[in-house]
Amino acid sequence: MAEAAHTSTCGHSLSEEQEFNAGDNAVRHIADANAMQILGDVYFNLPIILQSADGWKVGTTAVFQAHHHGNGELSSDGYVLVHAAVMRIQDARFAQGEFKIDDYTHQDVQENGKDKTIYHAIIEGQCYRLDPKTTYDGGILGGGTTSFSDFSITRNVFTMLLTLVIFFFVFRRAANAATRTRGQAPKGLQNFIEPFYTFIRDEVAKPNIGPKYEKYMPYLLSAFFFILGLNLIGQIPFFPGGANVTGNISITIVLALITFIISTFSANRHFWEHTLWMPGVPAVLKIFILTPIEVLGVFLKPFTLLLRLFANITAGHIVIISFISLIFILGKTGTSVGGAAAGAAASIPLTLFMMTLELLVAFLQAFIFTMLSATYIGTAIEEPLHHIDHDTTEDQH
Amino acid sequence: MYAAIGAGLAVIGAGLGIGQIGGKAVEAIARQPEAGGDIRANMILTAALVEGAALVAMVLSFFVAAPK
Repeated sequence: MAEAAHTSTCGHSLSEEQEFNAGDNAVRHIADANAMQILGDVYFNLPIILQSADGWKVGTTAVFQAHHHGNGELSSDGYVLVHAAVMRIQDARFAQGEFKIDDYTHQDVQENGKDKTIYHAIIEGQCYRLDPKTTYDGGILGGGTTSFSDFSITRNVFTMLLTLVIFFFVFRRAANAATRTRGQAPKGLQNFIEPFYTFIRDEVAKPNIGPKYEKYMPYLLSAFFFILGLNLIGQIPFFPGGANVTGNISITIVLALITFIISTFSANRHFWEHTLWMPGVPAVLKIFILTPIEVLGVFLKPFTLLLRLFANITAGHIVIISFISLIFILGKTGTSVGGAAAGAAASIPLTLFMMTLELLVAFLQAFIFTMLSATYIGTAIEEPLHHIDHDTTEDQH
Repeated sequence: MYAAIGAGLAVIGAGLGIGQIGGKAVEAIARQPEAGGDIRANMILTAALVEGAALVAMVLSFFVAAPK
């Protein structure tokens, strides 16, 4: 059969029964996608905004007519949908119009000394190489510049917007209730939100930032609830949850960058003095050892902030997906009912335990991010208690 | 494979560190129960910092072993 012959030249077909690859499956579930799976083969189509040398394409993923596993049946203006992610046919002949895709294949190759997985689309019996979207990481994770850029509303963006809308209505209602019932005991939604607010204000902001804490409360509250909401929505296993947003390093980079910008631009002279040219230390030590370390620390602190959140959430998601994959591994992709039952018996208590732990981690990571942001802002704006003259030997404490 | 070994070693470090933090914190609360709240807050903060260091190593090993 023509398909079998071409399977051997451009790799394994995506639609044929294969062994369950737990690693690939896990990575695909924590990665971003252009369509959200609702149940089985039903996908929630999200808007796509794609840019290539041929211009912009705006639409929704409905044009791809995605079916099994999020693989599109049609190509549209050279773009196809593979595992719910948009890819582009390298061959320029398909850059306009719609073509029916027979199948997709993937194969592991070595290019430039690095192992890669490349995808092909089979149109009318011929294999055509597919490009993934451009990633702006300089190729660290195997990405790089390709023939198109993806600015679509993906799963992560949709989840962020959903969190935004939910929290907007929740907080607006709580704030209206607070102004309406001023002086009385809070009840309802306001009663639920107030402990969080007072916790952030009294345990995180006031002790770490000091008397000027009110200026930074909006940012700390926003960061805390944003991260908390995204973590919790990522734990919901079905639509509209399930998108791994805070486990996406781009999101955490931006959050840490905002903390970095706020703490750096609020820093006063006292902070820069003590970071770059600390008084009371011999100049030799300062130039060669202490100042480089301190400068490195200024950049390293937000870096650990982002890595901490990213790694915690991603690791939790991978572990949960691996536990659930036990069912598929032991059931040999649906061929062995006894194995699948054994897998389910093993995996269900493990997954339940892991998800409970993940709830704790969701709160903890949001709290830790907020507290460390408050600490960095606090050290940047703190005033010296009194003038200490380090150059005299008299101690003025 | 070496990436997995590296990640495992990093987690050993995290486990040792956080175990020590937890142990000392519990001892301190046993000595002075009324300081429990302060000690708990400091314990969580320090545990997160130690875990952050271990997670840096874990993320680097993930980069090394990244598929695709």
